Amino acid sequence: MEFLTKPWPWWVAGTFIGLLVPTLLILGNKHFGVSSNLRHICAACFPANIGFFKYDWKKEIWNFFFVGGILAGGVIAAVFLNAGEPVQVHPELVNDLAAYGVGQPEGLLPADLFSFDSLMTVRGFIMIVVGGFLVGFGTRYAGGCTSGHAIMGLSNLQWPSLIATIAFMAGGFAMTHLLLPLILSL
Amino acid sequence: MSEKLTPQFRPSDHDIRSVDAMCVNESELSHPWWYNFKYSVAGILFGIVLVKAEIVSWFRIQEMFRLQSFHMYGIIGTAVVIGVISVALIKKLRVKTIYGEPVTFQSKTFSRGHIFGGLLFGFGWALTGACPGPLFAQFGTGGLVVLVTFLSALAGTWVYGYFRDKLPH
Repeated sequence: MEFLTKPWPWWVAGTFIGLLVPTLLILGNKHFGVSSNLRHICAACFPANIGFFKYDWKKEIWNFFFVGGILAGGVIAAVFLNAGEPVQVHPELVNDLAAYGVGQPEGLLPADLFSFDSLMTVRGFIMIVVGGFLVGFGTRYAGGCTSGHAIMGLSNLQWPSLIATIAFMAGGFAMTHLLLPLILSL
Repeated sequence: MSEKLTPQFRPSDHDIRSVDAMCVNESELSHPWWYNFKYSVAGILFGIVLVKAEIVSWFRIQEMFRLQSFHMYGIIGTAVVIGVISVALIKKLRVKTIYGEPVTFQSKTFSRGHIFGGLLFGFGWALTGACPGPLFAQFGTGGLVVLVTFLSALAGTWVYGYFRDKLPH
């Protein structure tokens, strides 16, 4: 049981996620991707006569079953496969964060940044609300996320997906090294 | 993709869904709705991996962008290698689905949105530590505040749809 409750190594996770690609294709010609769900929810709940959301979202209903599973899997892992040990974080990162008043890591998210108390601060609002908004806006503008472009698109040797993946990484590096230090000191 | 969603083109339902999307699916088969539960099983396993390999962790994403850990690079790299081999085999051997339908692939055309949108998503990824897949799995670990991240992402997608025709593609 211990090998299940400890954090899983990268090659186990990478192998599993890689195998999701053929699994979904063979189960029903489904292409691995998650961010489209956000669009399908918009189309189902508030299409507001916007052309981009006027389509038969029920044809993509498999995707809701898939993300419902992701949600359930996340809960199962957190409740039943959790040894309750604090997450291991690179000491330099711990030190960097401590300088901004972000305490010793325990869970997978830093509690000093991701909580309802933090949400009421400028710093927390930017990280949670602005960050979330950028994830939803950016993935759709780019036509996919890490699953759709970086995994499925690259698996199918699509060069636009390679450009999108490079842009994801460039954006992440720019935010982490240029803007995040400013945001964290707010 | 650059096509405009104007009515005179009368785009089909599939055309509209294909805009700005990597994964669009069309099947002539009509199965009872509960056949979709097989995708939930795949999702549950994916969700467990996302949490147990700490891909949902804000710290792991920060370590990736600070080059302090190989973990995320190893995961994405391994997944891509296995994905490339799998897709090549499926194409070469003309593998069919379990219902005998052919497996199909679409080529994507480049648009400037891949760069602009990609950069914006990168910003959000570094802030929240979540791409859309982990966003769903974070509910299990990050508590209720992740619901706010999720609703913000939903709002971002909606606002994109609202302004889509005015944005450079």
